[in-house]
Amino acid sequence: MSSSGFTLGRLSLSRRLQDRLATMAAAAAAVIVLTPLLAIFGYLVVKGVGSLSWSFLTHPPAPVGEAGGGVGNGIVGSGIILGIACLIGIPLGVGAGIFLAEYGRNRLGYFIRFTADVLNGVPSIVIGIAVYGVVVMRQKHFSAFAGGVALGIMMIPTVTRATEEMLLMVPQSIREAALALGIPQWRSTLSVTLRVATSGVITGVMLAFARVAGETAPLLFTAFGNQFWNTKPNQPMAALPLQIYTYAISPFDEWHRQAWAASLVLIAFIVGTVAMVRWIAGRGMLKGAA
Amino acid sequence: MLLCALSVLGIVALVVTELVTRSKLSLHEFGWKFFFSSQWDPVGGEFGALPFIYGTLVSSALALLLAVPLAIGVAVFINEMCPAGLRRTISFLVELLAAIPSVIYGLWAIFVLAPILRNHVQPFLASTMGWTGLFTGPKYGIGMLAAGVILAIMVLPIIASITREVMLAVPHPQREAVLALGATRWEMIRIGVLRNARAGIVGGVILGLGRALGETMAVTMVIGNTPQIVKSLFAPAHSMASVIANEFSEASTDLYLSAVIEIGLALFIITLIVNVIARALVWMTTGGMPVRADVQ
Repeated sequence: MSSSGFTLGRLSLSRRLQDRLATMAAAAAAVIVLTPLLAIFGYLVVKGVGSLSWSFLTHPPAPVGEAGGGVGNGIVGSGIILGIACLIGIPLGVGAGIFLAEYGRNRLGYFIRFTADVLNGVPSIVIGIAVYGVVVMRQKHFSAFAGGVALGIMMIPTVTRATEEMLLMVPQSIREAALALGIPQWRSTLSVTLRVATSGVITGVMLAFARVAGETAPLLFTAFGNQFWNTKPNQPMAALPLQIYTYAISPFDEWHRQAWAASLVLIAFIVGTVAMVRWIAGRGMLKGAA
Repeated sequence: MLLCALSVLGIVALVVTELVTRSKLSLHEFGWKFFFSSQWDPVGGEFGALPFIYGTLVSSALALLLAVPLAIGVAVFINEMCPAGLRRTISFLVELLAAIPSVIYGLWAIFVLAPILRNHVQPFLASTMGWTGLFTGPKYGIGMLAAGVILAIMVLPIIASITREVMLAVPHPQREAVLALGATRWEMIRIGVLRNARAGIVGGVILGLGRALGETMAVTMVIGNTPQIVKSLFAPAHSMASVIANEFSEASTDLYLSAVIEIGLALFIITLIVNVIARALVWMTTGGMPVRADVQ
């Protein structure tokens, strides 16, 4: 478009001015948008890095007023809760995605696709309420399992959509080739089509994982949080985002420092996951997922 | 596979039935009055959701007001103006904004954004636009304005990424036709691209609205958690999602708990309607191409 310099020369001044102004406004918007991003990362590093230490990563919180303590139990707790979430979210999500891609060109398929979109838009706190009613009320106590269920439910729509998209990108001829060998369709779907789309599906799964890893709201009244070590999924369990929340709204300076450090840990984990996704997507057979 | 797919239906059905059955008590007790009363008195057993609905709507509207021009600006910049070498970096950074957890936005808003608002932005707004009545009263930093600003930052990447997608869906000959008529680059973007992508952009904005309405943690941390309806944006307020986060596990009576759950039900219905409208609009523009609303 800059090659049209000849035309530009004959344009009226006001039109040229408008063009320049619009370009400047758009560039300014980009700068304004990136400012908070840089500010957030800058503050996380500056305020968080000082409190990071091996003992911060491995110890549970110290009693109020005592120095030291860390988020070890939160890191382990988040790991366990996310593990449970993956056990629920990935099989259901991938299964639903396969159904939509391979058998979903009908009314039922459209309805399920629509429902998955609805589920994707449900506020996370509302998922928390529902899981509280279904799991916590029945068990009569908070548990890591309930937290995992809530996060798992939140993973499903993202995983479903990603799986469907990736499977649809697999060329039809590959399916036909498999069927021509006399393989039943379910076998062809699982061992050939899904196989080809694996890297794309993994990408979608990891994006869903990164999305729920920082979720706090659905854990408030499911996993609930815990100041002590706990690795039993049947008990209330600490999670990194919950600990950040508790520390951030507390009145103690020491806890504020720890909130920054814990946030730095969390964001490093999430950005690490997203970056890995881009790397996998960039190398994989099916590009364009991330 | 069919079972997995049906489980999606099952989960949504379960969420709806849970919300309805557990809020029955409050639904029967207060009826429609629940949504028009601003009395929130857990001790006296009086529950009205108006201040929370007000807080949710105003903070989300404020967020859109701030975010929409910036999001469209950044989408136009990335898609149409940005030097090719910078494009990947900027779009990655904007996507990164979507990957930051809500609780970290909240933390940053408490300790960085709120002091900036208190010491610089609010005095400026009060002295230049105090006459509107929107910017008066004590300057806490924390309050409706802070909630609106942090929400704006959070919905920006969603609106920007959908705007980019629908802009890409505009057929290339449209641009070429406008350019061939002697348009400048901006005229080409305005007439050839934005005008054709209008419905989809509106869809993206509404999808951002859906996110803003349901956003919990960051809002809870900075909105001030005071159930009141005050015109000034400096004043602390409350939102539907925050009252659930704050009071759900403290709800001491059955009626209290069911009132909080009814707010959850209302939030679910509002976001459902908003999302359905948004999907329909985006779908109209991209012609049914799948749109990834959750791009990270």
